[in-house]
Order: sequence, then C-alpha cells, then structure tokens
Amino acid sequence: MSTTVEEDLKVIVFELNKEEYAVPVQQVGSIERTQAITRVPNTADFVKGVINLRGVVTPVIDLRTRFGMKESDQSENTRIIIVYMDDIKVGMIVDAANDVTDIPGAMVEPPPSVVGTVETDYIRGIAKLEDRLLILLDLHKVLHEDEIEVIKTVEG
Amino acid sequence: MEVNQYLDIFIEESKENLQTVNDQLLELERNPKDLTIIQEIFRSAHTLKGMAATMGFQDLADLTHKMENVLDALRNGEIIVDTLVVDVLFEAVEYLEAMIMDISDGGQGRSDVTAIASKIEAIESGKMPVGADTERVQSDSQEKPIEYYLDEFETTVLQEAEATGYHLLDITISLHEDCLLKAARVYMVFEVLERAGEVIKALPSIDELENEQFESSFSVLLVTQEKGENVQSSISKVSEIEEVVVTPFSLTGTGGDSPLPEQFEQPEDDSCHPIEKPAEANGVKDQVPDTSGKRASGNKTIRVNIDRLDILMNLFEELVIDRGRLEQLSKELEHKELQETVERMARTSGDLQDIILNMRMVPVDQVFNRFPRMVRQLAKDLGKHINLEISGADTELDRTVIDEIGDPIVHLIRNAIDHGIESPDERAGKGKPPEGTLRLHAYHSGNHVFIEISDDGAGISREKVLSKAIHHAVITQEQSAKLSDKQVYELLMASGFSTADKISDVSGRGVGLDVVKNTIESLGGTIDISSVFGEGSKFSIQLPLTLSIISALLVKLESDTFAIPLSSIIETAMITPADMKDAHNQKMIDFRGRMIPLIFIKQLFDLKGKGENDNYPVVIVRKGDKSAGIVVDSFIGQQEIVLKTLGEYLSEAFAISGATILGDGQVALVLDSDTLIK
Repeated sequence: MSTTVEEDLKVIVFELNKEEYAVPVQQVGSIERTQAITRVPNTADFVKGVINLRGVVTPVIDLRTRFGMKESDQSENTRIIIVYMDDIKVGMIVDAANDVTDIPGAMVEPPPSVVGTVETDYIRGIAKLEDRLLILLDLHKVLHEDEIEVIKTVEG
Repeated sequence: MEVNQYLDIFIEESKENLQTVNDQLLELERNPKDLTIIQEIFRSAHTLKGMAATMGFQDLADLTHKMENVLDALRNGEIIVDTLVVDVLFEAVEYLEAMIMDISDGGQGRSDVTAIASKIEAIESGKMPVGADTERVQSDSQEKPIEYYLDEFETTVLQEAEATGYHLLDITISLHEDCLLKAARVYMVFEVLERAGEVIKALPSIDELENEQFESSFSVLLVTQEKGENVQSSISKVSEIEEVVVTPFSLTGTGGDSPLPEQFEQPEDDSCHPIEKPAEANGVKDQVPDTSGKRASGNKTIRVNIDRLDILMNLFEELVIDRGRLEQLSKELEHKELQETVERMARTSGDLQDIILNMRMVPVDQVFNRFPRMVRQLAKDLGKHINLEISGADTELDRTVIDEIGDPIVHLIRNAIDHGIESPDERAGKGKPPEGTLRLHAYHSGNHVFIEISDDGAGISREKVLSKAIHHAVITQEQSAKLSDKQVYELLMASGFSTADKISDVSGRGVGLDVVKNTIESLGGTIDISSVFGEGSKFSIQLPLTLSIISALLVKLESDTFAIPLSSIIETAMITPADMKDAHNQKMIDFRGRMIPLIFIKQLFDLKGKGENDNYPVVIVRKGDKSAGIVVDSFIGQQEIVLKTLGEYLSEAFAISGATILGDGQVALVLDSDTLIK
C-alpha cells in the first residue's frame, strides 16, 4: 500500500554517512554542539548516554549506530539534534546539520519497497528535490522499535 | 460578574468548610446534644452558602440552604439528632462535595438534588415529636441564640465598668445591602467606636468581620463614657450605614433584657440572613479586651498556588547545582576569602532549602480527614462495627506525595474493612469484642514517613493465598511450599489477584493491591505486609520525605561518577581480597558478624577497567533487613544532589533511578541500590 504525505513539510536536513535525512521542524527543539556524554549502562547500544542540556538531563542516541552504520569520530561539524516525540525528548548525534527546507507534499514518495530488509520501517518516505534526495524519518520508529526489546532482554 | 480570579479561593475554602461540616457531623453523632457542634456546622454551611450564591452556583447554594434549614430546626430543638438525620446530612455533604469537585473540574456544579432535597424536606417537615430529652435541649437553645457569650474575663471587665459608671452599650450596625467593601466599613465603624470607648465583644467575631464573613449587620458590645445617642450619631456618619441601633446592655439580665433587633428572632428568608451568634467561636476566646482595639490577628497565612512553589523549587534546584560548582571552584582556587564566602552561602542556601521543603509540607491529616466518614459508611453498608483510631495525623509529607497517597490508603482501608474485620457474630464466635478496630498510624523516622494501616480482623490466610495463586498460575505447587510467609503476602500484590470469595462493591475486583504497590513505588516508597492469621494484619507504607533534593555519596567507577543515596547506605568500608569469601560463585564478606553479598557494579554495568586491586572501597547498602556491599573504585564524597529523571525514554534503565548534574556540569547517574538487592 502506498501512502503519500500530502501536506507540505518544513524539515531540518542533516547529514549522516554522506546521505541527507530530514525530520519535521515541529519536532526539533534545538541543535546543539557536541558535549560530554555520560553513558548509561545496560541500555540499547545506540543509546550513547545522557547530556546536561541547560539543566535538563537528556538522553542521546547515535543515529549511525541506530542505522547500522559504522561509528565515526566526532568532527567540527558533529551536532546533536534535540527532537521531541510524544512526551519524550531525545538528542540525536548526526554528522552535520545542514539547513531548513520546504518539501512540497507531492514530492514525497513512499520508501522503496524493494529494499526488503528489516530495519527500513523507520523511513517515512523519500523526497526528491531537484538534485537532492532527502530521506524522511519516522521518529517514533527510530526511537522505539529495537529499544523496547533491548530493555526486555536486560530484565530477563 | 468576573469571578474566575476568585474561583480557586472559592474551591479551597468550600472544601475547608465542607470538611468542618464533615468533622462536626461525626462529632455530633457522638454528642447529639451538644449545641455548639450544631452551631459550628451551621456556621460553616452558612459561609458555604454565601460564597456559593456570590459565585453564582445556585444548585450548591440551594442545597446548602436546605441543609441549613434542618440545622436550624436542630438548633431550635424542633428535630432531634438521630442516625437518620445525620445520614441525610452526610448524604447532602456528599452531594455538595461532588458539586465542588465538578466546579473545580471546570463545571458549573450542577447536580440533580431532588432526591436528597426531598429527604431533607421530609426530615424538616417531619419535625418529630419532642421528647423529654429534647425539651431540655430546646430550652437551652432558646436562651442561646440571642446572647453574647462572654468568658469570665470579659464578664469581670464588664462588671467593673458597670460599677465605675461606664455605659455598656449593645450596638447593632446594619450596612447597606449593596455595600461593596464591607470590611472597610467595619474598620471605619470600629475606629469611631474605639474613639468613644472600648469594644469588649463583637458578633460575629472581629476576625470574621474583617474577612467579611457576615451578611449585612453586626453587633458590638461597647464600654464607653459617651451617651448612647452620641455614639449612634457618630457611627451614622460613616457612609453606607443603613441603621444603627443602640440599646443599653446589662450584665444581670441576659437575653430577655437586652432587646435585640427584630431580625434576630425572625425565621430567615432568602434575601436576608440573620447573623449567627457564634456559641463559642474559635477566635472569640483569643480576644481579650485590651487587644480588641488592635486588629485581632490569628494564625497569619497566605494561600500560594502550588505551581509557584514548584517553580521556586526548580529555581532552587538550579541554585544547588551552581552551589556545587562554586564549592568545587573555590576548593581548586584555594582563595581563603572566596572559600569563606562560599561556605557561608552554602549554609544560607541549606537553611533556604529547609524552608522551601517545609513550605511544601502538609500534614497527612489532609488525607486522613476523609476517612472517618468513609469508614462509618462502609461499616454501615457491610453491617460491621468498626472503631477507627487515627494517630499521627499531624505528620507532614511533601505535597506531591500527599496528592498521590490518598487512593492507595483508601484501598487498603476498604480492604481491611471488607476482608479483614469480621462481622460482629463471627467476632463473637472467635471471642473477640464485636467492635473491630482499624488503626491508622503515621509517624516520621529519619528521611522517611511511615503510614501503617492495621486491623484486628481475620488476618491473611496463607493457604487461601497460596491456593489462589496456584489457581491463577502465579506460582506452581512446588514453589508454594518454599515460600516464606512474607513472600506469600507479597503474592497479594501480584497483578490480577484478589482473595475475596465474592466480588463485593467495596473491594475485590481483582485490581487493587498491585495498583497500590505501583503507586507507592512510583513515589519512591515501599509497602510491607505483616499478618497473624486470626489476629489481624498490618500494611506498612514507607514514603520518602521529599522527592527532589537528596543527600548522596558520590563514587567513582572508572571515569564515571555515580551517586548513591545516603538514605540507603549503612556505612562504607575498605576491604582486601583476603576478606572476600566465595559462596557458590558469589563473593561474600563478613560485615559485623553477618555474611553479606558483594556486588561488582563494574561487571554488572559492563564498564571495562583494570583487574586486581589491593583494596576495594565498598559501600554497604540496605533494603529492608537485607544488606549488600557495592564495590566501587573510589569514594569522592558526600553532596546534596538534585534528583532528575533520565527522561521518559530511558525510564526503565536497570538499577538507575535517575541522574543529577554535578558542579562541573557533568551528568552523574544515581544508583538505585534497591534493585540490586533481591
């Protein structure tokens, strides 16, 4: 079944492993430079730990690890994008945060179904803008999916 | 009329007034002949009615008005106090409570009150035949409502004044009905009065007058050298005064000799409510003539929105974090003056912390006060005789805890009455007194508050619990034999468990104790059950005093800092590998004669590090009567930390109860030692 996103979207574009991803601007709280991360034991491997975000302890995940990419060293461009999902607030480590852009709803296509791998359900759609290809993320799936299972195994 | 800004105050005050009615009704049931109690109820109901009418909640005002009629009849001895009357009054209070809840939820407080209204009317019109008993009551009541109640001291003052040729004047002042700032007029009248002489007594009391708790007129007893007419004319000069009635007052003759304005004797109608003469108003006793000139001051309090306290608390938490940072910096800089200043600041902020935490503390009575009526009703419904004993109601707890703790306790009380305490016949058969006792006891110990709910009922049947647990596949037959009594009782709190033979209205729907347990644990507390079969059971709840700022020991594990709450630490120790003993893959140490297990937190958390050490710092922690030693890399020191959550996303992290921000801005995790001890 193909569901297309009809409305126009304003998104934050960020870079990960030389590809461009996008999340709706409404879900983004802020974009932070990297800072010291305190690791939290026995959590999912993509959970890097927690940071002190102006007095609020905020969990941080590494999107590279989450998407099964190789971890890379932090660079001058590395950013933490703080996103809001339902009641939770999470920082995502990305290679670089590029810009804010508008995506016309008609330009968004459902994720390619040929990719039959398990982990692609966190992609909400793909937008083609002139010569750019933006991968729209489904934050809910990005943050949850595996995470719940991981915690269960710890308890068991 | 723009009433929104008063709505909160209205709701709060209505609740308070209803609570008074509630308490006094219970009291009345015990002492049906005590008129002062009826007066008290009447006064609260009347205040409530006035407020409700002002705020435009007509249903509320109407019902209260009907209630007042009954109370009035009671006061005049036209009806006698019996269980039926008290029941109906309680029912009316329940309706009123529901309405106020509705209003506080944003509704209009509308409710169909015809059922209760007709009951009230039936009682009122019933006006049962007056027996020998009530005649006495009646004669009492006829004297009382039209009289100043003077204590001994006041009487002496009046006698002396009379003897030395002063005039005693009874002055009744009526304000215009549309007078807006009644308190201001009262103030002006008092100024005039005080110039003329001394006010011995005021009805309603000066407190009530200042709070505008009167309709449109009030009376004072004045000792003066001036003539009555002079006083009258000078008071009349104050604007918005409708009428001033001055009559001489004589001590020797009581009510009959001091003619009071007619309206006191008229039955009330809707447009004009007579002043209630407080029989023994709380404030009255405190007033002595020499202070009557000054504004009487009670216990001065202000109402503060809880949100503001929360904001204050949050700001203070920020300050605590910065304080930690300052302390660290001054230590590094070794600047003497700076260190002294920081120390002073730390002390001041410590005091500040106590005050802020104290401000958020409310007596647990706020939760307990609704129980007497609940127990009364339940006992009635179930045909049991129950004596509720409450102690330690003045124990204080953080507001957030108080808000949450009510429902769990209600549940435990219902359980105790429904399943615990037996019916009178059953009790008689067991050789127990027919009246069961339910004890509610709160007390303070260390950083915790304990609330115990105990009964002298049937106790918990181990066999019954076990067979049920096996039936519901919570445990297996083999397991059941090995469980200790305590473990068996804990099964009660497993989800979907209910030992009641039949599902009753009161409890036993299968959801219950597990919810109670979850609520208490979410507050950082624990619940413990003990029971002797046939003799009763006790549910003991332990709650933390406050939720956000705690003392903790900071420890180092590799490069990470962890905090362990001091409340769970017994002591710290250094041990050598020789101290460790092996017991089935579990390292143990001898701690003051007891063998306790060691927890190697680094392995548990998968923190990599170097191998053998010569010395191991160990933190001995406890959970209930069990203890364990947590092996760490090094101790850093004790510090006040602000407990913060890890956020919803990581809320289930193992053995971590939260995080805190250290002086250097780093986040440190707070260890939950309770989950480490099984």
